[in-house]
Amino acid sequence: MVSLNHYLLVSGLLFSIGLVGVVVRRNILTIYMCLEMMLSAANLTLVAFSRFRLTEGLPDYNAQVLVFFTITVAAAEVAVGLAIIVALFRARQSVSVGAVEKLKG
Amino acid sequence: MPAFLFYFFSFLTLFFGVLVVVLRNPVASALSLVVSFVGLAALFISLDAYFIGTIQILVYAGAVMVLFLFIIMLLDIKAEESAKVNAPAVIGGLMLALIFIVQLSLVLGEHELGKKTIADVPLQYEAAAQKELVTTIKTDLENKSLPDAKLVGKALFSRYPFQIQLIGGLLLVGTIGVVILSKREVN
Repeated sequence: MVSLNHYLLVSGLLFSIGLVGVVVRRNILTIYMCLEMMLSAANLTLVAFSRFRLTEGLPDYNAQVLVFFTITVAAAEVAVGLAIIVALFRARQSVSVGAVEKLKG
Repeated sequence: MPAFLFYFFSFLTLFFGVLVVVLRNPVASALSLVVSFVGLAALFISLDAYFIGTIQILVYAGAVMVLFLFIIMLLDIKAEESAKVNAPAVIGGLMLALIFIVQLSLVLGEHELGKKTIADVPLQYEAAAQKELVTTIKTDLENKSLPDAKLVGKALFSRYPFQIQLIGGLLLVGTIGVVILSKREVN
């Protein structure tokens, strides 16, 4: 049967896929998608714990409210981040992280 | 939810998650991410979080990914021409993920509380209905259905009224920021 550990493992795997994507890929847009994936993986952990820790016979809705806030912040972050990517593309004509190396030591 | 559905949707989520990282074309990556998020929403629904599952599809698979596709279209990005991967980053990333997964498996192996299944913690509708003060939620609970959206709304507006206004402020600031960032400078 499916237990809490199964959900936590799926969440961890999804998080590490996102982590590999952020480290490996050179395209800023793909890196951004992988960041979204990592946020969603964290959300899965929260929802799983919410369901398995019943408070007064119902799922713990504080966790689900936190997930709601995470999704909202992620949406705002995507909007601002994509605007920055567009500005970057106008300045550099590229979406590769290799094009931005002013801070390179 | 039957166990095979859990495995199916987990596979869907993880497989298309891998495709996001592996595929070279950003449009293909974005579409894979949509499928991955739909699988994840199904997992949320399997955990009785219907509201979160729905907004996962609406906000992520709908709004956010469409925004991504629009930006890809506007910037007219071609797939990375050469498939040159830089080896140190690939090895480092995979090692990092491997270490994380090994650690997580070790922790989960000894996590006795996590071995309980959903059937072990059934929702107690009667007990919850007796303590419930809001009448619509109470009748729903008495009819053995989980009024998920109502309960999230109740928690949101009774326990976190300040935070939800903060989120509203954040979205406003985000909107203004995007407008200013994407405005072309007048010469």
